[in-house]
Amino acid sequence: MPPIQVRGAKISLMSQTVLNSALPAKREITTKPRLSDRIFRSVVTSGGLSSLVILGLIFIFLLYQGYNTLHSQGIHFLTGSNWNAALNDSGSLDLKNSQFGIAAMLIGTLVCSTIAIIISVPISVMTALFLNFYAPDRIKKFMVTVVDLMAAFPSILYGIWGFFVLMPSAVYIAKLLHLYFGWIPFFKMEAPVFDRSPFIAGIILAIMIIPIVTSISREIFSQTPLDRVQAAYALGATRLGMIKAVAFPYARGGIIGSAMLGLGRAMGETVAVYTVLNIVYQVNWHVLLGAGGNIASMILLKFGEAGPDEVKALMAAGLVLFVATLIVNSLANIIVRRTSKGGK
Amino acid sequence: MTTTVSTPSSIIPEPRRPWLATPRQRAEVFAVIFIAAIIDISLVAITPLKGKLAYLGLFLIIYPALDYLVVRAQRGKSAGSDALFRALVNFSMAIALLPIVSILWTVWSRGHKGLHWNLFTQDMHSASVTDPVLTHGGLIHAVIGSILIVVAALVVAVPLGLLTAIYLTEIQGKFTRPIKFLVQSMSGVPSIVAGLFILAAIVYPVTKTFNGFEGSLALAILMIPTIARTAEEVLLLIPHDLRETGLALGGTQWRTVQKIILPAARSGLVTAMILGVARVAGETAPIVLLTGGGDTTNWNLFNGPMGTLPFYIWKGFGAGTDESFQRAWTGILVLLVVVLVLFALARFLGGRRNSK
Amino acid sequence: MSEEREKPEMETQTQTSSLAGIASGHQPSEKALGVGLEARGIHAWFGQKHVLKDVSLDFWAGTVTALIGPSGCGKSTFIRTLNRMHEFIPTAAMAGQVLLDGHDIYDPGVDVTKIRLKVGMVFQKPNPFPSMTIAENVLAGLKLANLKVENKDDLLQECLERAGLWNEVKDRLNTYGGALSGGQQQRLCIARSLAVRPQVLLMDEPCSALDPGSTLKVEETISHLSSSMTIIIVTHNMQQAARVSDYTAFFLSDGGPGEMIEVGNTNEIFSRPRDQRTENYVTGRFG
Repeated sequence: MPPIQVRGAKISLMSQTVLNSALPAKREITTKPRLSDRIFRSVVTSGGLSSLVILGLIFIFLLYQGYNTLHSQGIHFLTGSNWNAALNDSGSLDLKNSQFGIAAMLIGTLVCSTIAIIISVPISVMTALFLNFYAPDRIKKFMVTVVDLMAAFPSILYGIWGFFVLMPSAVYIAKLLHLYFGWIPFFKMEAPVFDRSPFIAGIILAIMIIPIVTSISREIFSQTPLDRVQAAYALGATRLGMIKAVAFPYARGGIIGSAMLGLGRAMGETVAVYTVLNIVYQVNWHVLLGAGGNIASMILLKFGEAGPDEVKALMAAGLVLFVATLIVNSLANIIVRRTSKGGK
Repeated sequence: MTTTVSTPSSIIPEPRRPWLATPRQRAEVFAVIFIAAIIDISLVAITPLKGKLAYLGLFLIIYPALDYLVVRAQRGKSAGSDALFRALVNFSMAIALLPIVSILWTVWSRGHKGLHWNLFTQDMHSASVTDPVLTHGGLIHAVIGSILIVVAALVVAVPLGLLTAIYLTEIQGKFTRPIKFLVQSMSGVPSIVAGLFILAAIVYPVTKTFNGFEGSLALAILMIPTIARTAEEVLLLIPHDLRETGLALGGTQWRTVQKIILPAARSGLVTAMILGVARVAGETAPIVLLTGGGDTTNWNLFNGPMGTLPFYIWKGFGAGTDESFQRAWTGILVLLVVVLVLFALARFLGGRRNSK
Repeated sequence: MSEEREKPEMETQTQTSSLAGIASGHQPSEKALGVGLEARGIHAWFGQKHVLKDVSLDFWAGTVTALIGPSGCGKSTFIRTLNRMHEFIPTAAMAGQVLLDGHDIYDPGVDVTKIRLKVGMVFQKPNPFPSMTIAENVLAGLKLANLKVENKDDLLQECLERAGLWNEVKDRLNTYGGALSGGQQQRLCIARSLAVRPQVLLMDEPCSALDPGSTLKVEETISHLSSSMTIIIVTHNMQQAARVSDYTAFFLSDGGPGEMIEVGNTNEIFSRPRDQRTENYVTGRFG
C-alpha cells in the first residue's frame, strides 16, 4: 500500500505544480524538409507568384513607356479631349505641342459599359432565377451549357455579328427610343445618325456580359439556404414571394459583385466595340448618336496609324484602362467572395 | 392493426403528381398565348410599329399583362404578380438565348457559302481582296499560325498556371489568399492591355519587329488565370486522404504531387488546358497589335509576320469588299467550329470526371 | 427509456387528452368527416423508390398527434404531404387524398399557397429570415401572402405571446432575429407560423436542434397552442411524444416503404401497445 500512496501523492503533486505554474512551453514540431522538397516548394512558390509578377510588370512597363506622355500632359491626360500628335522638323514626336487627352474616351467607356450593365443585369438576374427556381432539371442543364458556351465565344464574333445583324435592329430600337423618349436628355439627337452609337455598343457589350453575370448570380442563387426557402413556401409564399423574401436578400451582394465583374469585362472589351462604335474625340452624352469613345478600341484604332512615339501615349492610355479594370475587378471579387461565404 | 381501410393495402396505387399542370390548365396557358398573339398581330396592323422586332417587342409586353389579368381574376392578386413575374423570367431566358441562336444561324448561313477545299490548302499571298472566294486563296496560313501561336502560349502558360494551382492547393503558404485574389484580378485584364504590355516590354525595347511568339506571350497572360483557376478547382476535388497516404508512405511532397496528385487529376488538368485554349483561340486585339498578320504561310514563330484566324477575319472585315466579307464569315465559321469542338471536349472530359 | 419513468407523465397526459376521444382502435371512417385534417391512403415515392405506404389518419381539432418511429420510416415524408411541401423534391410522387375540411388539397383547382396558409409548418432547424427584424419575421407570412391586417401590433404581440416569446423579445422587436438563441429562434418561427392563423400546425422534429431547456420551452408552447389548433409533431424523442401529445402514431419501415403500424391514445401506445413492434420500439428495444 505505502508505495502506491506515495506514487499517488507524487502524481497529485505533479499535477498541482503543472496547474500552478505556467503551462510548459509548446514544443515546436520541426521537420527539416529534404532537399527535393525544398526545391519543389521554392519552384512552386515562385511559379505561384507569377500572377503577382506579371501584374507588377504590366504596371511598371506601361508606366515606364507612358511616363513621358503622362508627365508632359499632366492632368490634361485625363481631362482633355484632344488627341494630336505634333511632329517636329526631324519627324519625331514633339511632346510639347502634342495634345493627348482621353477624357472623351474615358467617358465614352463609362457610357458604353453603363448601358451594358443597365441592359444586361436585369436580364441576367432573371435568367439566373429562371435557371435556379423555375426551369425543370433537363432544361436547366441544357441552358447552363448554352450560357457557358456564350461566354466562350470570341469577341470578334460578337463584333462582326453585331455590325451586320444586330445593328439594323438596334437602330430600329434607337429610333423608337428617340421618337417616344426624345425628351429625355440622353436620348436627344443633334443629327440623325443612328449607326454605330454608344447605345449599339452598349447592347453588344450587354450581350457579351450576360453569360458572366448570369453564371455568377446563378451560382449565388443556388446557395440560398434551402431551409429558408422552405420556410417561405410553408408560410404560403408564391415563388415570387419566396424570391423577394429569401433568395434576393441573400444574393443581393453577389449580384452587385457579378454586375461589377461584368462592368470590368465591358470596360476592357476591344474588338467588339471597335466594330460597332464610331470613335469621335468629343464628349458625347447622347447615347443614340453615332459618336462615342472607348479607350480600348481607341488604342486599337490609333495603333494602326501611330508612330512609335505616339504608341507610348497609347500605352499611357492602356495604363489608365489597366488600373481602372483592376480596381473594378478587385472590388467585384471581394464582394462576390464575401457574399458566397457569409451566410446572410 | 385491425383495419377497415377502404383501399386494401396489398394494392399499390399508381404514383401521381397532382401538382403538375392538368391538361385543362395547359390549355388555358395556350389560350392566353394565342389571344396575346392575336392582339399582338392586330396592334402591329393598326399602329405605325412594323417589322419582326415590333411583333416581338409588343408580345413581350402583351403576354405578361394578359397573363397577369387572367390569373389575377382567377386566383387573386399575389398569384397574379407571381404569374407576371414567371412570364418575365421566362422571357429573360428567351432574350438571353436570342443572340446565341442568331449568331449560330448567321455564322452558318453566311459562312458556309465560302467553304471549299482550297481553304485548307492555300494561303492568301496571291489572292487579293476582290478575287472570287471559291477559287482564290485560303486560310491554311491562318490555321497554321493560330495553332503555332496557341501551342507556344500553352507552353508558356501551362507551367505557370499549373504551378500557381499547385501552390494554392498543395503548399498553402502565407501568400495563398493574396495570390488567389491576384489570379482572379488577372483574369479581368483586358486583352488589349496584355498586348500593349508585350509591346512595351519586349517589342520596343528588345526585338523591334513583330513575330508570332510575341502574340503567344500576350495570349499566355490571358490564359494563365483560366488554367490556374480550373486546375485549382480540379486539384481541390482530389480527396485529402490521397495526399496523406502519399506522405504517410514516406514519400516527399514532391513525389506525392508528381506520382499521386497530378496523375489523379490528369483529365481535369487537360480540361483546364482546353479551356485555356478556348479562351484565347479567338482573341483578336493582342494578335492585331503584335503578330504582324502575314498572308503567307510562316512556320517560324520567331521571325516574320504570322497570320492567324482572328487576324484573317479582322482583315477580311476591314477590307470591306463583298469577297473579303465572305472570307471573314467563312473564317468565323472555322473559328466557331474550333471553339465549339474545344468546348465540347472540355465538357466531355469534365463530365467524365464528375461522374467518376 | 424505461416504463417506470414514463408512467407518472402518462397520468398527467391523460387529463389533457380528454378533449376529443379516439376510442382505442379508432380507425378513419370511410366517409370524410368534413372537419379537420384527414389523410386517406397516402403513398409517397421518390423516383422509383416507394417510401410511404397507405397511411390513413385523422387529426382532430384541438389535439396534438405525435408521429414516432425510427429514422427513415417515412414520418417526415408523411407530414410533408399534409401541406404539399412534398412536391418540392423534383422526383417526388404520391397517391391518396389529404382532406382539409372535407376538400382534397391535391385537387387540380386548389391554390397551393392557400393550403399552406391553413396548414403551417415548423422545421427541424430554426430558420428565421436573417434579413428581417423579429417583428418583420413574425409578420412575414402576411407580407408573403399579401394579407391585410387591421392592427399589426396587436397581431405581433398576440403571436409572440402564444409562442411564449413575448416577454423575452418585447424590448427588441426591431433587432434582427439572428441574434436570438436557438430555442428563441424556434419559438420565433412558431410565432411566424401563427401570424397567418393556420388551422393546423405541422412540426417536423422541432426540438432536435435545441438544448433541453429550450426544448422544454417549446413543449410548453405546444401545450398552450393545442387548445386552439390541430398540431402534428414528428419526433424522435419518445419522452417528448409522451409529454406533449394526445395521440401517437407509430411508423416503421422493414426495409421497404414506411407504414403506419399503430395509432391510438398516447398513454395506450406507451403502456399497452397492441402491436409487438410498437412495444419493442417504445420500450427501447430498437430504433
